[in-house]
Amino acid sequence: MEILLAITTGILYAAGIYMILRRSMVKLILGLILLGNGVNLLIFLLGRITKGKPPIIPEETKVFEDLFADPVPQALILTAIVISFGLQSFAIILVKRAYKVLKTDDLDQLNTTDEDS
Amino acid sequence: MKTIILRTASDFLLPVLLLFSVFILLRGHYLPGGGFIGGLVASIAFVLDAFANGLENTKKLLKLHPGFLMPFGLTLSVLAAISPIFFGGQPIMTGLWAEDPIPVIGSIGSALFFDIGVYLIVIGASLTIIFTISESA
Amino acid sequence: MLIAVLLGFIFAISILVIGKFVKGKQSWLSTLIPLSLLAYFLSFIPQISKGEIIQQTYSWIPSFNVELSFQLDGLSLLFSLMITGIGTLVFAYTSAYLKGHEFLDRFYAYLSMFMGAMLGLVLSDNLISMFVFWELTSISSFYLIGFNNSSLASRKSALTALGITGMGGLLFLGGAVLLGELAGTFQISEMIGLADEITSSSSYVLIAVLFFGAAFSKSAQFPFHFWLPGAMKAPTPVSTYLHSATMVKAGIFLLLRFTPILGNTELWHSTLIIVGGVTMLYAAIHIIFRTDLKGILAYSTISALGILVFLIGLGTQEALIACLVFIIVHALYKASLFLITGIIDHETGTRDITQLAGLKKVLMPVAIAGFLAALISGGVPPTFGFIGKDLIYEAGLNWGSYTWILVGGALLTKILLYYAGFVAGVKPFVGQLPTKFENVHLPEKRLWIPPLVLVSLGVVLGFVPHLAETALIAPGIEVLMTSTETFHLKLWHGFNTALILSVITIAVGTLLYFVLIPSHKKERFIERFEVISPKNIVLKITEGFTVFSTLWTNFFQNGFLRHYVATIIGFLSLVLGYIIFTNFDLSLDYSSFSDLTVYEVAIVLMMITAILFTVFSRSRLAAVASMGIVGFAFCLLFLFYSAPDLAMTQFSVDTLTVILFVLVLYRLPKYLKMSKNVLRIEHGVLSIIFGALMTILVLKVLQEPVNAEITDYYAQNAYLLAKGKNVVNVILVDFRGIDTLIETCVLIVAALGVFGLLKLRLKTRDKK
Repeated sequence: MEILLAITTGILYAAGIYMILRRSMVKLILGLILLGNGVNLLIFLLGRITKGKPPIIPEETKVFEDLFADPVPQALILTAIVISFGLQSFAIILVKRAYKVLKTDDLDQLNTTDEDS
Repeated sequence: MKTIILRTASDFLLPVLLLFSVFILLRGHYLPGGGFIGGLVASIAFVLDAFANGLENTKKLLKLHPGFLMPFGLTLSVLAAISPIFFGGQPIMTGLWAEDPIPVIGSIGSALFFDIGVYLIVIGASLTIIFTISESA
Repeated sequence: MLIAVLLGFIFAISILVIGKFVKGKQSWLSTLIPLSLLAYFLSFIPQISKGEIIQQTYSWIPSFNVELSFQLDGLSLLFSLMITGIGTLVFAYTSAYLKGHEFLDRFYAYLSMFMGAMLGLVLSDNLISMFVFWELTSISSFYLIGFNNSSLASRKSALTALGITGMGGLLFLGGAVLLGELAGTFQISEMIGLADEITSSSSYVLIAVLFFGAAFSKSAQFPFHFWLPGAMKAPTPVSTYLHSATMVKAGIFLLLRFTPILGNTELWHSTLIIVGGVTMLYAAIHIIFRTDLKGILAYSTISALGILVFLIGLGTQEALIACLVFIIVHALYKASLFLITGIIDHETGTRDITQLAGLKKVLMPVAIAGFLAALISGGVPPTFGFIGKDLIYEAGLNWGSYTWILVGGALLTKILLYYAGFVAGVKPFVGQLPTKFENVHLPEKRLWIPPLVLVSLGVVLGFVPHLAETALIAPGIEVLMTSTETFHLKLWHGFNTALILSVITIAVGTLLYFVLIPSHKKERFIERFEVISPKNIVLKITEGFTVFSTLWTNFFQNGFLRHYVATIIGFLSLVLGYIIFTNFDLSLDYSSFSDLTVYEVAIVLMMITAILFTVFSRSRLAAVASMGIVGFAFCLLFLFYSAPDLAMTQFSVDTLTVILFVLVLYRLPKYLKMSKNVLRIEHGVLSIIFGALMTILVLKVLQEPVNAEITDYYAQNAYLLAKGKNVVNVILVDFRGIDTLIETCVLIVAALGVFGLLKLRLKTRDKK
């Protein structure tokens, strides 16, 4: 199963980077999201995958007695998801605003200074 | 999207979802859940209501701009974080806990208030973003 | 002693407040600072001449063994007196020289900062603090050379000087750290006992070369000498103080300080003799071709520094005595010659030696000072200069091998220095006074008293050399040599070879003075060789750097975001690929992986399909929808692999993101095919390579054992310390609560950013 997930990580990275390399700003944002997902999956895999053993201490005990999933990557990813939500919404609005002002979606049109545009 | 079914359902869904989000928030220390998730669920509840009844009605319901939740939540979090300084000069972020657990909620401690702060910030931030966008869309 | 060192810095900072006062009529009052320091150091003479060494230590960065420890012995006392003594005269001189100058306060600040740094340098017993002060002298010198910051030439010279001395500083740091590691201490006084171990260790050569580089660049030795003539762009007090009397001697000081530690080897002797010898001859010959007074003095300074390095290289007791004496002699006459040049420049407005003549009619006291300075410089008895020159010849004669080459070089240099001293000190004052200078009048006392003080000291010491000997030279030598013989400085040594050489020097020098008249023709002649001079070569190299970096920058920073990303990813793939394929074997241990189940495979396939659809879809809405599917597939994965919190978060965030996209999408442009096909394929290949590398990397990492230390700590203590059972949430709100707090701040900033972008109108644009 890990092999399949590793390949998925690779695909997410490849797709994310390919989208970032496009000229359209919308694709740029989609690429960022895909890349973010790829990173999340990478971190998640580094903590190893464990099935059906959430990192929650059972009701009756005070410490773990059984195997459990690694909580550290989970905590990292949880904040990463929320932060990337903030980042994505900001990026989306930035693109919207840029489009409104410049009337273009083409990133290559953006590399000129104000005087020229 | 203003269908009768959705509108009728949302009248019930909003309180139920809000209650659910608070429930998730409070149980976060023992079972899956917590401030981040609770906050997101609560904002989904409001967004759903806005879809069904229109943005204006939701705003009226809220009375306050959701942006004001952010400083409020942040203050709560910071206070919870630095409160140990005032209780016997312990380092910040030391967990302080009440002696006896309260039914339903469980033990009350500084971490809980911290989480409530996070909850408010998440609601404030996501609703500010979405409301601002739908207003100008 | 700490206060003594810091006084200069304190004064420099206080200029901010009292600048107006310093700039005004009472500017001469600032002279009191070096004067009080001079008195302070003079008071140590009785103790030091008895052979005592005074040490004081203040803890600075104890965790790195860096202390502000000061050691006052014969050597540092000699330099301290020179710094504060000449400092006093220069401070007084400046108050008249730059009277009413707009930035006089600033000038004093730099000057006193330099004085503090220089004192710290010579008094430091700790290598690291010595380095700090060393760099501070370079920096203050940079500001002083560039003091006329409206002139391009000034700024350029300042940069060159900073570049060269700064490079030397780096070498010094390297040498200091190596030496400190080797000796196990940064205290110089403790290293002396370890001298044998240090010189026999394998890193000795490297240490010595680094120290050579530092000393040669600071003391303007060939081929680093060229910053010094450039530094003459500074106002004359600066040239006097920094670039003849003190700062350039810092390199000499460094060599002297480390003579007992590093000095007893063949490498040390031969390098210093060769470099010093080449420098003294090279610079001395250059003197003939100069017409600018300051240029002549600059080259004669370089030449004198060459002599000093040469003497340290000889390293015998005689040579080191000669070195110490010559340091004093040189400081006395060169500083006065510079001050005199300053007066001439100030009063007549030119420093061109071909135009200056007959000034003794109008500037009599200055002419006397000039004449005496020339005598000291030429080593004419009975001045102190004679003793210095005599000792130099003696040291050369008694060294043993290659005597005649060494002495010949020294003789030629001394003859040319004699010539230089007379050209600078006598020539402007004799002959017919040109009519245009008839209105020149004697300036105020603060200008011409300092050079007179210096030269009279030079003459007096010639009669009573014993004063300098007991107070400075003898204690100084004791620091430098492990065993010393008694010696006495005296004017008359009897008829010997050295005396004959002295007579030759004076005779030939005088002859040269009458035969060789400085002219612009000669200057133009030497300029033809400028192409192959070290200065030009270094300048060409730096120009080359500029051209290269411009090309490089234009190539990589072409303004296309895609290009940057592609470059970074491409480079990363190269490095990653290289490491993966050379350092790891690529076989996998399949037994460590968990089994495939139908559900998981189905979810992963769904996710992959959705990703591909997102990438290749022509419709924006479809792309966004399949993005959503990717997110929900993630959600399911998290659920499978024991991360319920993640699943819930991903679910809510994904919902909100899709809503956001849909809300905004109306206003966004349609997808267009903008890139060329070739580029698409190129980017596709690059992405796939990078993705494949990431896959391999993940698989390799999964083969490594897990370090579960942190995880175990959190898991064990989640309930015991934080009373929570959901470990993920406990980490978020308790163990790493500060992180969470800051993350919520990020979220708030994003929300405010969105609000600001949409609600606040971009006013300038809207008006258009």
